[in-house]
Amino acid sequence: MALEATEKSPLGKAIKRKEDPRLIRGQGRYLDDIVLPRMLYMALVRSPYAHARIKSIRLDEARRVPGVKAIITGEDLAAANLAWMPTLAGDKQMVLAAGKVLFQYQEVAAVVAETRAAAEDGAQCVEVDYEPLQVVVDPFFALSSEAPVLREDREQKDNHIWHWAVGDQGAADEALAKSPVRVKEKIRMPRVHPAPIEPCGCVADYQKSTGKLTWYVTSQAPHAHRTVLSLVSGLPEHLIHVISPDVGGGFGNKVPVYPGYVCAVVLSLQLGRPVKWVESRSENIATTNFARDYHMTAEIGATEEGIVTALKVSTVADHGAFDAAADPTRFPAGLFSIVTGSYRFPQAFAEVDGVYTNKAPGGVAYRCSFRVTEASFLIERTMQSLALKLGLDPVELRRRNFIRPEEFPYNSPLGWTYDSGQYEKTLQKAMSLIDYDGLRAEQAQRRERGELVGIGVSTFTEIVGAGPSNTFDILGIKMFDSCEIRIHPTGKAIARLGTRHQGQGHETTFAQLIAHELGLSAADILVEEGDTDTAPYGLGTYASRSTPTAGGAAALAARRIRQKAQKIAAHLLEISPDDTEWDGIHFHAKGLESRQVSMVDVALAAYTNLPEGMEPGLEATFYYDPPNLTFPNGAYIAVVSIDRGTGQVKVERFVAVDDCGTVINPMVVEGQVHGGLTEGFGIAFMQEIAFDEDGNCLAPNFMEYLVPTAVETPNWETGRTETPSPHHPIGAKGVGESPNVGSPAAFVNAVVDALSPHGVTNVEIPMFPWKIWEILSQHHLAR
Amino acid sequence: MFPEAFAYYAAHTLDEALDYVDQYGYDAKILAGGQSLLPLMKLRLAAPAVLIDINAVAELTGVTETDGQLHLGALTRHSTMEFGCWPQHPLVAEAAQQIADPIVRNRGTVAGSLAHADPAADWGAVLLALNARVEVRDKHQSRAMPMREFFIDTFTTALQPTEIITRVEIPAPPAFGYVGGHYYKLERKVGDFAVVGVAVTATLDQGGRVLSAGIGLSAVGTTSLKATGAEEILVGQRLTPELISEAAQVAASESSPFGDRRGSEEYKRAMVQVFVERGLLAIAEGGSRVTVHSA
Repeated sequence: MALEATEKSPLGKAIKRKEDPRLIRGQGRYLDDIVLPRMLYMALVRSPYAHARIKSIRLDEARRVPGVKAIITGEDLAAANLAWMPTLAGDKQMVLAAGKVLFQYQEVAAVVAETRAAAEDGAQCVEVDYEPLQVVVDPFFALSSEAPVLREDREQKDNHIWHWAVGDQGAADEALAKSPVRVKEKIRMPRVHPAPIEPCGCVADYQKSTGKLTWYVTSQAPHAHRTVLSLVSGLPEHLIHVISPDVGGGFGNKVPVYPGYVCAVVLSLQLGRPVKWVESRSENIATTNFARDYHMTAEIGATEEGIVTALKVSTVADHGAFDAAADPTRFPAGLFSIVTGSYRFPQAFAEVDGVYTNKAPGGVAYRCSFRVTEASFLIERTMQSLALKLGLDPVELRRRNFIRPEEFPYNSPLGWTYDSGQYEKTLQKAMSLIDYDGLRAEQAQRRERGELVGIGVSTFTEIVGAGPSNTFDILGIKMFDSCEIRIHPTGKAIARLGTRHQGQGHETTFAQLIAHELGLSAADILVEEGDTDTAPYGLGTYASRSTPTAGGAAALAARRIRQKAQKIAAHLLEISPDDTEWDGIHFHAKGLESRQVSMVDVALAAYTNLPEGMEPGLEATFYYDPPNLTFPNGAYIAVVSIDRGTGQVKVERFVAVDDCGTVINPMVVEGQVHGGLTEGFGIAFMQEIAFDEDGNCLAPNFMEYLVPTAVETPNWETGRTETPSPHHPIGAKGVGESPNVGSPAAFVNAVVDALSPHGVTNVEIPMFPWKIWEILSQHHLAR
Repeated sequence: MFPEAFAYYAAHTLDEALDYVDQYGYDAKILAGGQSLLPLMKLRLAAPAVLIDINAVAELTGVTETDGQLHLGALTRHSTMEFGCWPQHPLVAEAAQQIADPIVRNRGTVAGSLAHADPAADWGAVLLALNARVEVRDKHQSRAMPMREFFIDTFTTALQPTEIITRVEIPAPPAFGYVGGHYYKLERKVGDFAVVGVAVTATLDQGGRVLSAGIGLSAVGTTSLKATGAEEILVGQRLTPELISEAAQVAASESSPFGDRRGSEEYKRAMVQVFVERGLLAIAEGGSRVTVHSA
């Protein structure tokens, strides 16, 4: 049952979200709610071609549209040295087309006008003369010598971006060669889009009199955006004030800096008036950062008993026209090297090649820690293939290969040190919840009746919480995070963090965490994020990093406050600090619990009655550099049946048991899991950004890009095991993305399980009914 | 997401609306529910110079029933058909509740959907199955035509630029029979247009013989289609599994779908067969459970 925020010792309790009364009553303040005096509106002219040279741009007619105030093109930006901007992945990206366009809907010109409608009228009247060029859609063709070079700006004259490899290739090859059993699977994770309900946008408000730019922006990482903007524009960083208001979902889509943002800033600087730009739905889906688009091949070696011996993975990563991934700098393929998953692979090797094509740039981590969904999908799918080959139950195969609890900290062959896990226990819990043995018996009976029923298992391990500063940075900025807590004289507090929630519930969970450390209630703590003038520097919210990083900072900032509070308490109790004990709610004299003071008493004393010589006030800031990443994991089991007439797949049951370490608020975790499973379901069955051979985006709206609603969404059954992270201050691991990482393989494995008696070993996602029907038809199963 | 500029006129009587369409012709679009027109305008895929809003025209509202025949005013909303109680027309409510989402159904109109003539829309198939007629008029005269003659091509109908749809008439089924009707809509998600839509209706006499049959198809041709060949096979026969299977195959052969991202031509044709079969089996089963009393 949900509790109110006034609960004491709130850690681990299902407290109602403090942000909800505001958000569900429509009293949130989102980017598009911001209206400033004298504000102008911007619209973008976009390319209808995926690859074309720009011969000319004519602006006369557009300039005559009533209300149009200014128009800028790539040439104008080039004159200001702003035609290109750096991407977070260390590539560069055109702000407005410089001479040519490289993907359909690419930004070509920006029109600013007195009203939104006038800006759109103006954009429609900009005449661009294009000379179409050969379009490259297929990343494998892009790598061939016949392909035209897309990025003529680079010194390197091909479409290959980078090669990244990890592990011992020789040892992996040798171990594979020696393995009596081998399976090889080609697995594709198609291009998808995070598609948050609120698209991206900003209001740039430059005051010529003060030289200060206030930039309201839909940002998951406001501090990082401030620094990037300062580097791009040359504006001094202290004169840039970034405010990320309520954010209507991000899922990785609001981590990068987009051309529209830069144009709005440039136009505000030029005109000295606020400029608002808000994308349409189509602009969001067709141009802002996509995810996945990994073409993977995996080979597993094993003994005849099903003990895995080696894993080898090679991948082509389609990044579109610019490598605009938001991965940590040293990890161009993100944390893809978590690909050995939950299993004890003695040898492993993985390599990834980044490729340019004529598609929108990316790709971000869509509700996953940097390429972890791809890795997890690959290993969980290939383990299914191995189970099929060996004739082993997929559960049994996993049990034989799990990293065992006593083996943690576990060093993986690809270089990670897993913190903790009880994989067998977590799987067992999922099996009990779904009655796995009973299900298998029922499946056998239903198969007798001609039904196509499948059970799919996914036992994944995630890697989140980037990250330790010795390894992780974005454009050189270390990926620590921060928290500042100020206790007011009446025992209430404000906490500000370097992260920026977009629905994750930080206003509640961080208040719980801090309150728990300070003997207060969550209602006593106001959590504020997203304002760079007030919050301490941090790298933002994505990759399930908030609780592992900023959450650690919050706990340690609170403990820093408690250290000072103990001295004040001792002063109030008229004893020595060494004789003072903290029991979670009070300070009391050792051995004399009735002699106690609360944090509220201490707070007042911090401003009114201090020990001699002590600095007044009660506040602390902590910049937390985590010693390691955290490794949330889970066991998911899906049950599906297939309509032999239509190819429609019905998810009959889905059990998700997650282990995200210490749980701050089980209701928030439950909500996160439901949301992530729903997105995983969408990716498995519905969502794909496809292109035709001319590079036309075939799913640039919600009519074609299919996001599940409550009607399609299966019923989720959830459970938990709780294995704390040994190195995190409260043992928490992060959970926002696990369900999206772990679930797609469970769905596919279930469909493959339904069809495997008929010789099917792989089904490509998204598993549209027509695709399933074609398989049924080929195997004479359709009717 | 802002339309191009347009002139807007609100008509309060049918005569007034007819004067406007007479005056503006091709430049004008009628605004009824607006559930297809307004999104097209906001995407700037349609840019009519003039909108003639007929929502205040009282003569075009209301559904009346006379001797089992339904007369739908041109402003009849989908939701009216969804929640109306017409036991002799079970197909109507079953289909109406599958159109888009409740918000669209509350505003969108049956006649507006017909005038838009999207081959993937639901009413076309349903009203073809039901042998409905469309009544249209211009400033000078009115005329009526069967649904089959109304649809010319994708987004193209027999409606002249100076005409307005005034009424849709659904005929009464044969008396003294059991009426069954089902609409099957394969959609990729709720609110989607049909990948394939199949409307099946039949009236059975007390011996289980088919008195009349109607089969309409959505999204498998350049217009909504009527599977007349399959209908003919059924009339006068009992709904045996063999007959149902034959009719379903014929209906599939009467469809002419295009392959696209929603499925191949082969798949869509197979779905016509699957749904016609499922619809007829359900009607046969429903008919076997009721006793029809003759007067």
